[in-house]
Amino acid sequence: MPANPFNHFTDYGIGIGLRVPHYDHILAEKPTVDWFEIISENFMCEGGRPLQILDQILEQYRVVQHGVSMYFGSPEKPDREHLRKLKRLVRRTRTPWLSDHLCWGSVDGRYTHDLLPMPYTFAAARVTAQKIRAVRDFLEVPVCVENVSSYAEFHVSEMTEWEFLNEVVERADCGILLDVNNIYVSSRNHNFNPFDYVNGVPAERVAQIHIAGHSKFRKYILDTHDHPVIDPVWKLYERAIQRVGRTATLLEWDDRIPSFDEVHGEALKANRFLQRLENETLKA
Amino acid sequence: MKRSKPERQTRRALHQLQRLMARAVMRPLTRRDRMQVKWIDGRPTEIVVNQFIKPNDRLTSFERLEIYNRQYWFRLRDCFYDDYPGLRAVLGDKPFERLADEYLTKNPSQSYTLRNLGSRLVKFLVANPKLTAPNSELAWDLARLEWAHIEAFDNAAERPLKVGDLSGLDAAKLRLRLQPHLTLLKLEHDVADFLIGIKKQAGLRNEASNAMEQRRHRAGVRTARGLKRRVNFLAVHRYQDGVYYKPLEPGQFILLSALQKGATLEAACARLVRLKLAGDLGATVRQWFANWAALGWFYGLKPSK
Ligand SMILES: [Fe+2]
Repeated sequence: MPANPFNHFTDYGIGIGLRVPHYDHILAEKPTVDWFEIISENFMCEGGRPLQILDQILEQYRVVQHGVSMYFGSPEKPDREHLRKLKRLVRRTRTPWLSDHLCWGSVDGRYTHDLLPMPYTFAAARVTAQKIRAVRDFLEVPVCVENVSSYAEFHVSEMTEWEFLNEVVERADCGILLDVNNIYVSSRNHNFNPFDYVNGVPAERVAQIHIAGHSKFRKYILDTHDHPVIDPVWKLYERAIQRVGRTATLLEWDDRIPSFDEVHGEALKANRFLQRLENETLKA
Repeated sequence: MKRSKPERQTRRALHQLQRLMARAVMRPLTRRDRMQVKWIDGRPTEIVVNQFIKPNDRLTSFERLEIYNRQYWFRLRDCFYDDYPGLRAVLGDKPFERLADEYLTKNPSQSYTLRNLGSRLVKFLVANPKLTAPNSELAWDLARLEWAHIEAFDNAAERPLKVGDLSGLDAAKLRLRLQPHLTLLKLEHDVADFLIGIKKQAGLRNEASNAMEQRRHRAGVRTARGLKRRVNFLAVHRYQDGVYYKPLEPGQFILLSALQKGATLEAACARLVRLKLAGDLGATVRQWFANWAALGWFYGLKPSK
């Protein structure tokens, strides 16, 4: 099971996020990397160095777009200018699929630039699915939604987070970017079993997996993407690929970014689990 | 007695909930960077927050929402620190932070990208000189230069005209367009070298992205005492993907500004005559145009009115 319609049936391996401190190294050394994930918003500009770097990367590597500001969970219509710029970038990168978060973050034209949690209600699921469909139809590329990490829950919620995710992706008929670190962070902040979450998502829709590190505080865990992946998160990853099979996997490291080799090495640890999975499949 | 089912959320209610939460998340922090204990209408914030956020076994509803409130401000401040290292150096860290909070409270982001966070800063500073006193004019100069830098970094570059494209055209009718990445500045202080120094010090780690990443480092504070008051003119532009501050002579600034405002070439040149420049004015202007065209500053002809 190498892939599914939600990632255009590609067989991507292990990627890392394309980040500024690594540009020089990547362009000079041309290391072997399966693919890079880019933050769409960093390249939705009109010109200059970002696009010049991106074009150089595109000459040698496969790139997948990941967004942070579409806010599928906001009942407001997506900004037309935003969509047009995003589509221009989609054409440039030829991203096989595109992801953004199952969250909201702006209201009445004001942006928090955060990934704020959804109330898990049927109304919210309908609104979100509608927006995902609209964005996908405009961009003409498969769309995946990513579960965010959260620090608060709403009284009004009518279901668990994974039930909400299911409700949204079934209604939108879209893919899932399953962030197992976010599941872990939220499970600790909201006292649920993270394996219930991983076991509860529709495996056939998972088009990509995120792994990352986080920061632990006394009373809660913050999703900071500034550490290596911890063992419990690797265990969730292992469980996830047991369910969904070999899936495009990406390590997120966004703050206090170490050398390229360190980040890439951390990402490649996922190979252990993919290999084990393959051996088990062969044995079976 | 039969218990009524909890009311199902509607689309409208979802929108209201998000409005309420956004309001709380974007409210200014206290001096100790905590969430305000009083709500906008004077009620305890706790009561308002309890109505929509659940507590857990470790955190109250207030504390859970406070995480988002703090994150919002830390993120925006970080972005501001990185976009305005020069302004920060002139004002000092604390007054800069106060200024950032005031500006961002009155001018919340209206763009999907943090790149545009400072788009209304110059206007705000001019309207609120107290926030930058006693260095207000210097602060305006830096804010204008730093915004021009952001614009030069990733604004569009259209296909430039070559010098030859202009020959034979009627100067009385010719209106040129200047590249969107080019900003013309008249400054009261010598801030260009100062800012270049500050940026070098900061290691230019951010140079490749104005948007999301790596916003945490802070440039070392440089003293602004050495900054001389001297009227000077700059063209802030991009050339081969690098941002440059090109000093302009007063005549060059007048000519380019006129063109940027839509004057014909003839009308723009007429303004130069008043300056009574030494030597052959025609030859001088031709030389200027050759330089500017080589830098790719002109990209098209505006249709004559
Ligand atoms: Fe993620």
